[in-house]
Amino acid sequence: MGLAIPGKVVDVRRENDVLMGEVDFSGVSRRVCLDLVPEVALGEYVLVHVGFALARIDATDAARGFVVLEELRQLGELEVPCA
Amino acid sequence: MTPPEESRGLVDLIAKRLRGRWSIMEVCGGQTHSIVKYGIDRMLPAGIELLHGPGCPVCVTPLATIDRAYAIAEKPGVIFCSFGDMLRVPGSRGTLLSLKARGCDVRLVYSPLDALKLAVGHPDRQVVFFAIGFETTAPANAMAVWMARRQRLSNFSLLVSQVLVPPMLPAILQSPGNRVQAFLGPGHVCMVMGTTEYEAVAMRCKVPIVITGFEPADLLAAILRAVTQLEEGCAVVENGYGRVVGPCGNPSGRALIAEVFERCDRPWRGLGVIPRSGLRLRAEYRDHDAERRFDVQTVERGEPPECISGLILRGLKKPVDCAAFGTTCRPESPLGATMVSVEGACAAYYAHGRHRENKAAV
Repeated sequence: MGLAIPGKVVDVRRENDVLMGEVDFSGVSRRVCLDLVPEVALGEYVLVHVGFALARIDATDAARGFVVLEELRQLGELEVPCA
Repeated sequence: MTPPEESRGLVDLIAKRLRGRWSIMEVCGGQTHSIVKYGIDRMLPAGIELLHGPGCPVCVTPLATIDRAYAIAEKPGVIFCSFGDMLRVPGSRGTLLSLKARGCDVRLVYSPLDALKLAVGHPDRQVVFFAIGFETTAPANAMAVWMARRQRLSNFSLLVSQVLVPPMLPAILQSPGNRVQAFLGPGHVCMVMGTTEYEAVAMRCKVPIVITGFEPADLLAAILRAVTQLEEGCAVVENGYGRVVGPCGNPSGRALIAEVFERCDRPWRGLGVIPRSGLRLRAEYRDHDAERRFDVQTVERGEPPECISGLILRGLKKPVDCAAFGTTCRPESPLGATMVSVEGACAAYYAHGRHRENKAAV
């Protein structure tokens, strides 16, 4: 749970004044808080940890990082069902 | 993942640079998993030893805190929420998962915001979130409390066990028997907090710190930088993960942490109390502190005597040095947190088959 997981921003919206969105992690979609990366745009890649995007990264880094996390079996948090 | 020729090239460069014998600690548990999975420790010349650090939030959460979680979770009317691994760590009276089996309302959540959502949906229940973690989870936990206060949610609280990496580094170096001479710094923690505080540690403790990620090429490149510093007698911070880590980290995340939390002394499992190494809720947010809301008394108990996780977390021992490793202590029946968590060193060694080699060697 210490490593952030790269994903693609597929929706951006405001909820109660907080920037939220939908992030796709190779087919698994999660509601994610985007408020800490306020400059993020639709289609960009972000590193997400426990439902919060913490940095923007490029598509190549995202793809490579995701594969390594998969190999390291560090994607467990994506298996948790949404509340 | 990393093309083998790239890894070989980096290993050759490390071998060329190496004169002495050096011990380097990777701080982050994700880095430990990568090192064990890709066999990076075994690619390196014999003069370099990698020591595995305490960078596993589940592993360093004190037993007494787990016991407090258990005591709160068994109270009637409480919905107790946590990240997955924390549910499986044995406390003195059992795991949180065993409470769930007894009918208590213990729930696994993806994000603290999911716990907040439960509080909104169950106004008649007390929802408690187990806020453990390093600086990577701190912005999320801070946001959940900030939102709860703004929404005047009186049924949401955090059991906080939030710890910080930079104050822990000197504690490792000052441990009796310490062998660490350089650190590979945790990239995702620095993505949030930046690198400034590490510079003070490097200068004060005269220790090289190379911030890096968890991909094999990142780790090997960082080891090369650390070896170069050690050979040249340097002790500075180098950022080997510039594609993710900026010097100031994530300014919005840091501002949010500073708004909600303040520094405090915190006990670490295996390391004891480290001054100013933790976060607690500021006075304005303390209505959301589960330890104030629920009066729970717990008795301090020791670790199971056969578990050496304390020594492993300080880099003084490896999982294969433990008699229980892979025998009485296994992922399905763990003695200590380092076997439970996906980031724990014992779990990494077990997942990548090193318990079998250990037994074969005996």
